[in-house]
Amino acid sequence: MMNKVWSSAAEAVKDVSDGSTVMIGGFGDAGSPIELVHALIDQGAKDLTVVNNNTGSGEVGLAALIKAGRVAKMICSFPRTAHSEVFTELYRAGQIELELVPQGTLAERIRAGGAGIPAFYTATSVGTPLEEGKERRTFGGRDYVMEYGLPCDVSLIKAKAADRYGNLIYNKTARNFAPIMAMAAKTAIVQVAEVVPVGSIDPEHVVTPGIFVQRVVHIKAPQHESELVKQGVSYV
Amino acid sequence: MSASQTTVGRTREQMAERVAQDIPDGSYVNLGIGIPELVAKFVPEGRELIYHTENGLLGMGPAPTEDDGEPELINAGKRRVTLNPGASFFHHADSFAMIRGGHIDVCVLGAFQVAQNGDLANWSTGEEDAIPAVGGAMDLVAGVKTIYVITQHCTKHGEPKLVESCSYPLTGVGVVSRVYTDLAVIDVTPKGFQLVELSPGVSFEYVQERTAAPLLPA
Repeated sequence: MMNKVWSSAAEAVKDVSDGSTVMIGGFGDAGSPIELVHALIDQGAKDLTVVNNNTGSGEVGLAALIKAGRVAKMICSFPRTAHSEVFTELYRAGQIELELVPQGTLAERIRAGGAGIPAFYTATSVGTPLEEGKERRTFGGRDYVMEYGLPCDVSLIKAKAADRYGNLIYNKTARNFAPIMAMAAKTAIVQVAEVVPVGSIDPEHVVTPGIFVQRVVHIKAPQHESELVKQGVSYV
Repeated sequence: MSASQTTVGRTREQMAERVAQDIPDGSYVNLGIGIPELVAKFVPEGRELIYHTENGLLGMGPAPTEDDGEPELINAGKRRVTLNPGASFFHHADSFAMIRGGHIDVCVLGAFQVAQNGDLANWSTGEEDAIPAVGGAMDLVAGVKTIYVITQHCTKHGEPKLVESCSYPLTGVGVVSRVYTDLAVIDVTPKGFQLVELSPGVSFEYVQERTAAPLLPA
């Protein structure tokens, strides 16, 4: 029998090893897998390369993982976030590395990583400082830069519901990076508010097919980053 | 808004209203964060525009007024929004395929500098200790069919933002079509900056004095 549902967040992240590349879904408050990230903080893996659009908010979730000193390198498009000085302080102190990637290039690198495509060309960043060190080629009279696909060891993402096969549906703009991060990971770990019986999600409505998902954790009432930040919660 | 910005030319709201006049009925539109967001308030009666936001939504409506909205229904500026009828959600790679693939008709962005050849600088002032952050700006200018810039004509310190060549790091090369400022509407043409119209009560000489590149009269 195929059953991808794990007993707890702690169990699901137990084998994340030091030095892993970890993608964390979410864009601002939408889709941030807070409970999985907190389980990873408890688990203790360090020297991580983390991929997210930003660098977290307040001192919870990703910002708390960074503050705990577990992240050696961030790959993101916008490391400045409201209500968080955590990344800024470590970056200025030279204690964390940054790879700055335009948001669309980041998304496509993740997608390509999951689709078995080692590299691709995009017009984004041509003639700008972010082109430095990249191969340029001309197609049809227009210049493009080469970007590499970005696979990862582990993805931590959040969805609305899953069945035990790992088929996923999402909640509104919480979808954002989650479907492509699931594709890009050797081990995609998903927290869902609801686990539903196989067959109950209309096949026409499945957003992420279960083949891209390895572990499902049931988190019935997930917390929201903005609420925790407002309450002044620190998970470090 | 400082008093100096309101004494001459258009206010921010009037600038946004002027941009809205130029967006054709039936367009797919992406509005940048800040002044560009105001444009949605001024769409002329009878025009149907569909707003795209990079984080995975077409058919974005205004900020919620009747309640606090939902934490997982937000725009690229991470503010809560609403849905218009006919809206759709999609993941980030599809969202940027819409942008990079040339499916979005118009994008309105802010600017630090615009050069006379259409180069845009709007993501970094290149300061040594600044944390570099680019977001989706480079993808938008590389992929959207028409790029409009909405900006004050000069910085808070009175320095022209329309220049011969940008001194700040570029977002894109030769990407801007038209610039809407408090003082004028100006096209970027193969011959350089071409005045389209002056704001009410503003003279050509006044605009040229505050533009660090030649301005062709209307």
